[in-house]
Amino acid sequence: MRARTDAESAARGFTFSELMVAAAAREIRDGELVFVGMRLPMLAFLVARRTHAPRAIGLFENGIIRETPAKELLYTMGDPPNLRAATQCGQMLDVMGLLQQGRVDMGFLGAAEVDRFGNLNSTWGHRNREMQRLPGSGGACDIACLAKRTVVLLAHERARLTERVSHVTSPGYGLGDGWRHAQGLPLSSGPSAVITTMGVLRFGTDGEAYLASVHPGVSVEEVLTNTGWTLRVADELVDTPVPSDSELDVMREIDPNHFWTR
Amino acid sequence: MASESKLTTMHDAIVRHVPSGSMVLLGAQLEQMIPFAAGHELIRQSRRDLTLVGPISDILFDQLIGAGCVSRVMAAWVGNVSAGVGYCFRRAVEQGIPRRLETVDYSNFTLALALHAAALGVPFMPTYATLGSDLLKKNGNLREFPSPVSEEKLVAVRALRPDVAIINVQRADTQGNAHVWGSLGVAIDGARASRKVIIVAEEIVEPGVIASDPNRTLIPGFMVSAVVHEPGGAHPSPVQGYYGRDHAFFSEYHDQTKRVEDFENWLSRWVLPVRDRHEYMEKFSSERYEALRVREHALSAPADYGY
Repeated sequence: MRARTDAESAARGFTFSELMVAAAAREIRDGELVFVGMRLPMLAFLVARRTHAPRAIGLFENGIIRETPAKELLYTMGDPPNLRAATQCGQMLDVMGLLQQGRVDMGFLGAAEVDRFGNLNSTWGHRNREMQRLPGSGGACDIACLAKRTVVLLAHERARLTERVSHVTSPGYGLGDGWRHAQGLPLSSGPSAVITTMGVLRFGTDGEAYLASVHPGVSVEEVLTNTGWTLRVADELVDTPVPSDSELDVMREIDPNHFWTR
Repeated sequence: MASESKLTTMHDAIVRHVPSGSMVLLGAQLEQMIPFAAGHELIRQSRRDLTLVGPISDILFDQLIGAGCVSRVMAAWVGNVSAGVGYCFRRAVEQGIPRRLETVDYSNFTLALALHAAALGVPFMPTYATLGSDLLKKNGNLREFPSPVSEEKLVAVRALRPDVAIINVQRADTQGNAHVWGSLGVAIDGARASRKVIIVAEEIVEPGVIASDPNRTLIPGFMVSAVVHEPGGAHPSPVQGYYGRDHAFFSEYHDQTKRVEDFENWLSRWVLPVRDRHEYMEKFSSERYEALRVREHALSAPADYGY
């Protein structure tokens, strides 16, 4: 699987990670406040700022707000280059306050598991029927509860896209159909996309996920086989747009050795 | 008029202020300025039944858990920021090795609010965060309640009052008046929330240096119990303006702690036989140390407090 994927991506001139970064970047609109996170979302934020969203503003849970990119590749949000010449270095409560006020447009999240209604588990993993304790929420639960939109990135595996997560670290649409409102969560909030290594899932008004696009070279059957529930497919299913040259240029300038986009 | 100095050694600060059974706040500034030197001293002094409080604390929590110092962890994230999971944390939760560990799972925001409530002297702070999550169901310090002023549900985050906060800072005077900049995280509330504060400073400076910029004095000395001068005390985490993050150290820790015996070897190399932070720093090659040094200083413009 891996070898075939690499051969295919070489033929196309970009990797699946780069495709995911480009797809993630396009979820950011110009002028938005975005909870960035690390790894692929960090790259996506920088790509968005250098292409279609030059006025997007990045927030980090340690209290950092940035409008200009850090001068070096970051491994953690607390790396010294991320603080130098930041827009503001505040406290965690300052950025979490913006989030709770409803000012934050979008947040990126990762997870061990995502389910049919976009609920995320990053607390307990499962391998060979054994429970594995994972690091936990960090700020993910806060962002999932309070950002206007959330975008999830993860590898597309049947064990990770599961009918129902065993632990709701970060709520999506719960059990669907008005569940978030019933919990008391803000009306305009919740997951808007799940970007995987095979395609992009979006959510219907009932809160259930559907396949909105497949990555080039991936078949719908492959996606369905690797999803742990009967995934709905959009009537107007499209191919995920490939990364543009300018998007790839930015990614490779920031991460020339493909540290994040192997 | 000068009050008595609070300057002491790490060894004595831990002897005096952090007995077994304490609730200890560590890692208040997230990935920066993590009190690794203090944590290693807790391990050397064989503290037991500690409750660790902090948003993430990177691999410091994992080390203290692996060394058997901890009976409870109240945090949003426990692992290795560079590599993901922390093996000692996993072993303790899944198998009770080296001892059973109680976990109280927070999100970053709710942990910050728990400290904020204590800093303000109120029993709880309200929030919408964690509504609908299993954190709310499983953490008894998060309680849903109807808003008394609107038709809404909220979560009451119970105040957390640690026995002691250990905060690494860039510079302080011998009274504990401390300048911190860069990554603040929950450090200010964390210090105010705690019964005692230990300041671990990269530099000890004259009181006039601190007094020259009171906006940057985020922790006032009257709240501080002890001041430790400990250059390199946050390694392998970074201190803005002093040294960078030793990314390789975090990856090496991950590779070197997979099995219990691996972790014990790691402790025997980096913690147990090491007298103090000075000796720890001497274990690094000069090349490695050099690579972490600030390559280009970036001083802020002075602020004029004149009148």
